[in-house]
Amino acid sequence: MKYNWHWQVLLETEPGGTGTYLHYLLVGLGWTLATALAAWVIALALGALVGTVRTTTARWAVRLGNLYVEIFRNVPLIVQMFLWFFVVPELLPEALGDWIKQMPPPWGSYVPAVLCLAIFTSVRVAEQVRAGINSLPRGQRMAGTAMGLTQAQTYRHVILPQAFRIILPPLTSEFMNIIKNSSVALTIGLLELTGRARAMQEFSFHVFEAFTAATVIYLLTNLVVVLAMRALEKSVRVPGLIAAGAGPQAGH
Amino acid sequence: MFAGYDFDVIQRSLPYLFKEGMVFTLTLTAIAASGGIVFGTLLAMMRLSALKPVSMLAGGYVNLMRSVPLVLVIFWFFFLVPYIGAWLIGAREPVRVGAFLSAAITFTMFEAAYYCEIMRAGIQSIARGQVWSGYALGLNYWQTMGQIVLPQAFRNMVPVLLTQTIILFQDTSLVYVISATDFLGAASKVANRDYRLVEMYTFVAVVYFIVSYSLSLLVKRLQDRIAIVR
Repeated sequence: MKYNWHWQVLLETEPGGTGTYLHYLLVGLGWTLATALAAWVIALALGALVGTVRTTTARWAVRLGNLYVEIFRNVPLIVQMFLWFFVVPELLPEALGDWIKQMPPPWGSYVPAVLCLAIFTSVRVAEQVRAGINSLPRGQRMAGTAMGLTQAQTYRHVILPQAFRIILPPLTSEFMNIIKNSSVALTIGLLELTGRARAMQEFSFHVFEAFTAATVIYLLTNLVVVLAMRALEKSVRVPGLIAAGAGPQAGH
Repeated sequence: MFAGYDFDVIQRSLPYLFKEGMVFTLTLTAIAASGGIVFGTLLAMMRLSALKPVSMLAGGYVNLMRSVPLVLVIFWFFFLVPYIGAWLIGAREPVRVGAFLSAAITFTMFEAAYYCEIMRAGIQSIARGQVWSGYALGLNYWQTMGQIVLPQAFRNMVPVLLTQTIILFQDTSLVYVISATDFLGAASKVANRDYRLVEMYTFVAVVYFIVSYSLSLLVKRLQDRIAIVR
C-alpha cells in the first residue's frame, strides 16, 4: 500500500482560477484569522462584563450571569452555529430575517459565525475573569472600601487592573481555542482554512497534501501567537504574583 | 414567534433520533472516553519519563493534537484510517472503514491528548516522597505507579476527567462533517427532509443542554463529596 505524494499540487492553479492552491489556503487562513479576531474582541468585552458581574454582590446580576454561562456552555458549538445560521433569522421579524438571509457570500456565513464564536468564547473568558478576580486576596476589596471607594470604584481602580494582568496566560490559550474553533464555521459554509483544505481535497484528490499543508499553517499560526503572547505576558506580569486561572481545566 | 412551529415533526422522529442518533453519540462517547483515558494516562507517564526521547515523543504528539482544530483531525483520520488499515493487513487498496469506526479512532486519539494533560497534572499533584517510599519498599516503576501514584492521581482528577468527558460528549456532534448519523446528524437529516430546521435544531440544542447541564451538576456534587480535606 503506497500513497503517491505530489507536493507540486500546491503550486497548481485551483479551479476557481484565483491563483495556486497554496494561495487558496492562505486566503483561508485570512478568513480564519478575520473570524477569530472579530469574535475575540466581542468575546473579551462580553466575557469581562459577565465575569465581573458574577463576582459582585448584586444577586440578580449574578443569577443572570450564571444562566448565561450555563446556557452557552452546555450546547455544542456546532449546534450553536446552526442556531445562529438557520434558526435565528427565522425567529427575527421577517424583514430583518430576510435581509440576513440575503447577505451576499461570504458575509452570510461570516456574520453568524462571528456572533456564535464570540458568545461561545465569552463564556469561557467570563469563567477566567471570575477565577482571576476570586484569586485576589480579600483584603484588596476591603482596603478599597476602607479608603471610601464605592464598589464600582474598587473594581475600576483596584480589582480589575490586577485581575486582567493575572489571567493573561489562560486568555492566551482561549485565543488559540477561538482560532481552532473557527473551523466549525465550515459547516455553515464559511471557506476558512479547514474548509478550503477540504475543498482542495475534493478538487484535486490530493488528500494528504491538502491536510498536511493546512496542519502546518495551523502550527505556524500557533507558534506566532504563542511567541507574541509570551512577550506581552512578560511585559504586563504583576511582580510577585504568579499566574492564576481556573486551575487544571478541561477544554477543547 | 412560535406560530407555525410544528412540534409534531419532533414527536414523529423521536424513535429515529434517540434509537439511532443518541445511541451512536453515547456509544462513541463511551468508547472514546475509556480509550482516551487509558491512552492518555500512558501518554502522561511517557511525558513524565526521565528518558528524553520518550517524553519528547509524547510531548510532540500531545502538542500536535492540541494545536490543530478537531474538525481537521476528523478529516485527517477519516482519510488516513483506510490507508493504515490497508497497511496493517497488507492490502493493495485502502480498506473500507465505516464512519463509526473512523470516528471512534479519531476521538480516542484526539481526546487522549487532553486526558494526558489532566492526568499529568494529577500525577504531579502527588508528593514526590510517595514515589521514593515506593522505591524504598522495593517496588518497581509499574508497581509504584499502579498501586501508589495512579490511584491517588485518578481520585484527585475525577471531576476534571468527567468534565472533559462532558465536553467530549458535546464534541462528538462534529462527526456531522463526515456525515455520520449521530444525534445531530439524525436531526439534521430529518430537518432537511421535512424542511423543519428551526424545530429540529432547537430541539437538539435543548436535549444537549439538558444532558450536559445535569451531568455537570452531578460532577459538581461529586467534587464536593470526594474533596480531600487537607
